[in-house]
Order: sequence, then structure tokens, then C-alpha cells
Amino acid sequence: MTRHVYLDNNATTMCAPEVVEAMKPYWGELYGNPSSMHSFGGKIRRNVDRARSQVAALLGAQPSEIVFTSGGSESDNLAIRGTLEALAGRKRHIITTRVEHPAVQGVCHYLQKQGYTLTELPVDNDGALDLDQLAQAITPDTAIVSIMWANNETGVLFPMDEIARICKSRRVVLHTDAVQAAGKIPIDLSRLPVDLLSISGHKLHGPKGIGVLYVRKGTKLVPLIIGGHQEGGKRAGTENVTSIVGLGRACELAQQHLGQEMEQVRQMRNRLQEGIQASCKGVRINGKVRLPNTLNVSFEFVEGEAILLLLDELEISASSGSACASGSLEPSHVMRAMGVPFTAAHGSIRFSFSRYNTMQEVDYVVEHLPPIIDRLREMSPFVGGHQWNGTPLPDHAH
Amino acid sequence: MWDYTKTVKEHFLQPRNVGYINDADGVGEVGSLACGDALRLMFKLDDAGRIADVKFQTFGCGSAIASSSALTEMVLGKTLEEAEKITNQDIAEYLGGLPEQKMHCSVMGREALEAAIEHYRTGKPGGQKKLEGRVTCICFGVTEKDIERAIVENHLTSVEEVTNYTKAGGGCGGCHGELEEIIARVTGQPPTEKPVEEKPRKRLTNIQKIQMITETIDREVRPALRKDGGDLELIDVDGNTVLVAMRGNCAQCRVANFTLRDVVQAKLREFVSDELVVVEDQP
Repeated sequence: MTRHVYLDNNATTMCAPEVVEAMKPYWGELYGNPSSMHSFGGKIRRNVDRARSQVAALLGAQPSEIVFTSGGSESDNLAIRGTLEALAGRKRHIITTRVEHPAVQGVCHYLQKQGYTLTELPVDNDGALDLDQLAQAITPDTAIVSIMWANNETGVLFPMDEIARICKSRRVVLHTDAVQAAGKIPIDLSRLPVDLLSISGHKLHGPKGIGVLYVRKGTKLVPLIIGGHQEGGKRAGTENVTSIVGLGRACELAQQHLGQEMEQVRQMRNRLQEGIQASCKGVRINGKVRLPNTLNVSFEFVEGEAILLLLDELEISASSGSACASGSLEPSHVMRAMGVPFTAAHGSIRFSFSRYNTMQEVDYVVEHLPPIIDRLREMSPFVGGHQWNGTPLPDHAH
Repeated sequence: MWDYTKTVKEHFLQPRNVGYINDADGVGEVGSLACGDALRLMFKLDDAGRIADVKFQTFGCGSAIASSSALTEMVLGKTLEEAEKITNQDIAEYLGGLPEQKMHCSVMGREALEAAIEHYRTGKPGGQKKLEGRVTCICFGVTEKDIERAIVENHLTSVEEVTNYTKAGGGCGGCHGELEEIIARVTGQPPTEKPVEEKPRKRLTNIQKIQMITETIDREVRPALRKDGGDLELIDVDGNTVLVAMRGNCAQCRVANFTLRDVVQAKLREFVSDELVVVEDQP
């Protein structure tokens, strides 16, 4: 097999061919402005509305509750900063977790510097939250709780129904970054009392540069971008029509495929996981209750970027939570928050599947990965029974 | 994806001189598992005092492996006097350049070479690079001396550059102010980056202080220690004195070569109060 094996679907996904097809006319002849009074613009408006309904259907929401944004990061910013601004300083406490995506974590740290108080809930070794700690952290000053639905690095799922119940009973606004969850697991906001929810187009086979913030009816929010009536006054600016139409189609496809896709990617993911566990020593699976498509696995005593580079030579695309691969010097904040030991955190690799992957691809990886790990371990000063710094090293993996 | 040169890729994919020399004349070890990269360099001299055999073992990313491989090619056949003239810039140039954020890989190579030569000359066992003088960056165990040298040899002018070359300042960031002072002192120039404005801290009540200390230890210190077989216990807080007990060990971490107390103190000063002093409870 010489084909490119793409197993980095939590980073981005292939834009579905049906989505590309749906968008084409909007780069060309269908260029009208949805706000125009003429029928040429009106036709565009109807198609934007249709996309809004398609997104709403995937989420179990009302079309009027869908706000199109430029992506997941903008949605997260709008949710958190917009809620705080609507409260005009009456409440100044934010609750989040230590494993959020930078789009939430960065905003929270910024706001902390501005004088807001921040509680970052810890996770255990499996990546799970202790919900009692959430309940205890909520005070009368708590303005918003922002907790991701599924973790991008490990795929760990947080129990959103219980989180929502706690926040609802304490009357605190709840935002969830569902960028990794949407299209991978069922979401039904008609039953789940979440106030704000972010999704991103390119994570579910839609285009890049488009996202959604779901805003439950009645939730108070001050826009980030002011100067137009679009999106119910919550996000000014002429609509990104082409991408909105594409995202709508992507959500429609996601809804059609969801049940089957979950099972399909779960089987592929499990086969990869079992294959790796059977053929490699010193392996650790990071995260317990996970999305069906994600496998985060650590190879002890080897460094993640080196693994990625050797996989890349075989045209296998994956990603790593290692320091070197991220361009920082420390392993990812998620690995650290989970207490993954240094021996393993630097060697963590994430494989994430989509419906476009195949079992043949899994077998290709299972065949070629173990020699890569062996090769790097043979090169490692920590393997092979020699001492390091005068200290005997654990007998490992050889 | 990093923009590695063809030479870097080639040395990474076909590294030269990987291995272990049982009767090596000189052994140099730098880095640690905790820090994310480590290199063991070993050489054997011939009768004329030239490096006749050289081997390396590296735990690290593509550029760390490539830097190690390149270094072995560069030193082979050289006398120690010739070899010790090799700078990290030489290693980077040999590879056709390294991405800025990866320059520390070339520094690691030079440090391992120095440690190996030192080991040969002094005959002291181990060959681990010594931490000499004041440790500026606690997260990565980088000394003031290391930093000064990198600034001089590579003409560094900003904290970011110092981090790229030495890793110093790449962890908690608590030493950024100190790094700026070192840059200013060594270069005689004020740093090019604007110093980060520190927010004045509120006066803490004792109960707030104890709570923040507990939280900081739980959040910043404990997770890293625990899974590596270590732990830390808060015994008492008396005024600004924090009494802690260390449990287990963190033997593979270079940082542990000086003292964990420094790590805890730096974290508590960063997150709680500049005035805290950590004292280790002696059993």
C-alpha cells in the first residue's frame, strides 16, 4: 500500500466531496448578499437558513439558536467573554478544567490576568473529572462554567448530562466546547440544559474557517464583533455564505452517518489499540472513557516527534503530545494534568479516525509501527540495561 | 511540521555511530527523561590521542538525534584539543541549520562532548554534566553559566532566543526576569523584549496562604512527582516558612541532582508569595 494514511482527524478532517460540491456555486454565480432586498440575495438567504436548520438538526436545537462564527476558537471566545460582559462585572468567577483546548484555556488565563477569579478543575489519571469538586467550586460569584465535552488529545469524554444538571440546579451558565464531540457522538440539546456550545466545521468534514456557537434562547451574550444585524445581532459581518452552506451539508451528512460511523471508527480504533498492545512493550493507553475515534498511546522511553517523523516517512499522519512536536519544551498540559509520567508523556502519539479510514490502513500501521518503536528504543540511552548518571535504569522493553 | 534541512533528515533517518562502547575512554551524559531529551556520548582514543571510535545514544526528537549523529562525524579522528573547539553553531552549520526553537539540540551535543572530555581528563565516574554555579531555570536545570555562554557564543538578545538555545525559561516562566537581567549584563544592552508586567499581590491571610500553598503543590508540583515515584507532603506553614517532607525519589531527573526544595520554593513564590521560604523536614 502506498496511499497516504490519515489518522489525524482530531486535528482536521477531509472536507467531504458532497460538501465541496454543495459549496461550489457559492464561489461563483451565487454571490448575492443574504441581507439584500432583491430576490437574488433572497435566494442566498434561504440557503443560509437551510444550513442553519441542518446544523440545528444535528444538535437538537432551534435554528434561531445557531450563530455562525469563524470557527471553534471564535465560538469559545464569544461564549466566555460575551457571557462575562453581559454580566457587566456582577459575577467574576470562572470555572473550567485543566485539560481544555487552548481556545478556552487561553481565554480563561487572559481573563484571570484581567482580575477574574479562575478555578481549573483537576482530572485523575484516567482523565476524568470529580463532579463533586465542580459542585463545590460553584459560588454565588460564579459567572460561567466552561467544560469541554470531549478532549482533543485523549478523546476523554466528560459526563455532560451530569455537568449540565449540576450547573442548571445552581443556575450557572454552562458553556461546552463540543468541537471534538459534534459529529462523533449524539448531541441532543432539546434534552440537555447546556446554554452555550461550540462546534467547528473542519472537524466534521466541513470547511475550515467556519464554526457555530449554539446560544440557548434567553442566554444573555454581548457580541465580540459589533456593527451589523447579522446572526441575530450576536455576530456582525456579512455571512461567510459558502462555508455556511458547506457546514450545513457537513452536519446533514454527520447526522446521516453518525450511528454507523461511531461503530465503524470504534472497531478500527480498537483494532489499532489491541494491535499495538500485542506487538509493543512499554505501552500505556492515555484516557479511559473516550470518543470512539481516538487512541492516545504512550511509548515509554522514546520521544513522540521522532515517532511521528518515522511514521511520516511511511505516509502515516498522526500527532503527538510530546514537547518537541508541539514546539514548546514541556509535554502537553493534558498529559501533565493527567499525571502521565515523564517516561511516557514525551512519547505520546494520538491516532484519530474518521469514516474515511479503513481496516487495511489499521493493519498497515500495526505492521509498521513496532519496528519504529524498536528502532528508537535501540537508540535510547535509557534502554538496554546501562546506567544513566550512575543510576541503574528499569529493565525495560528489550 | 518543522522545516528540517535535507541533512537533518538524512542524519535522523540514517544516524551514524549509534551504540555503546563498553571500554570507552570518555563518557558524557546530558539531559534527562523528564526534560524530554538526553544524550550519551562515548569515545575511545587511539595511541596518538585521536578519537578512534565514537558512539552515541539519544532519547529525543528528530533534531536531537540528527545533532548527535552529526557530532560523532565531526569529532571522529580529532584530538581532544581539536574536538573541544566545536561549538553548538558548528553542529548546527554542519546540519545546514536547525529551526530556531531546536537550537538547544545542538547545545546538548556540545555539552555532552564537553562532559565526555571532562570525564576522560578527570577520570571521575559517571560523566554526567555537572551543574556549576547558580541554577537559573529550575524547570530544566539550566545554570547561569550555561546561559551566559549560550548568549555569548550565539549572540542572543532576547528571552525567547535564550529559551530556544538552552531551554531556560521554557517551563513555568518564573525565571524570565532573571534571564533578562543576564542578557542585559552579558550584552550590555537592555533586552529587546518588553518585560512582563507583574501584578502587585494582595496581602494574604494565613488561611488563604495555606490554601493557596496546598493548591499550588497539588497543581504544579505533585502530578509531576507522583508518577515518577516521588511525592511531597506539606507539614506546616509558619509565617512565611513552609515545612515540607519529600517522599520517594525522582532519581532520573537532572533537576533532582541539586534539590527538589528549590522547585517547590520557586513554584510557591510564583503562585503564592515572593516571601515564602521552603524548608525540608528532616526525619
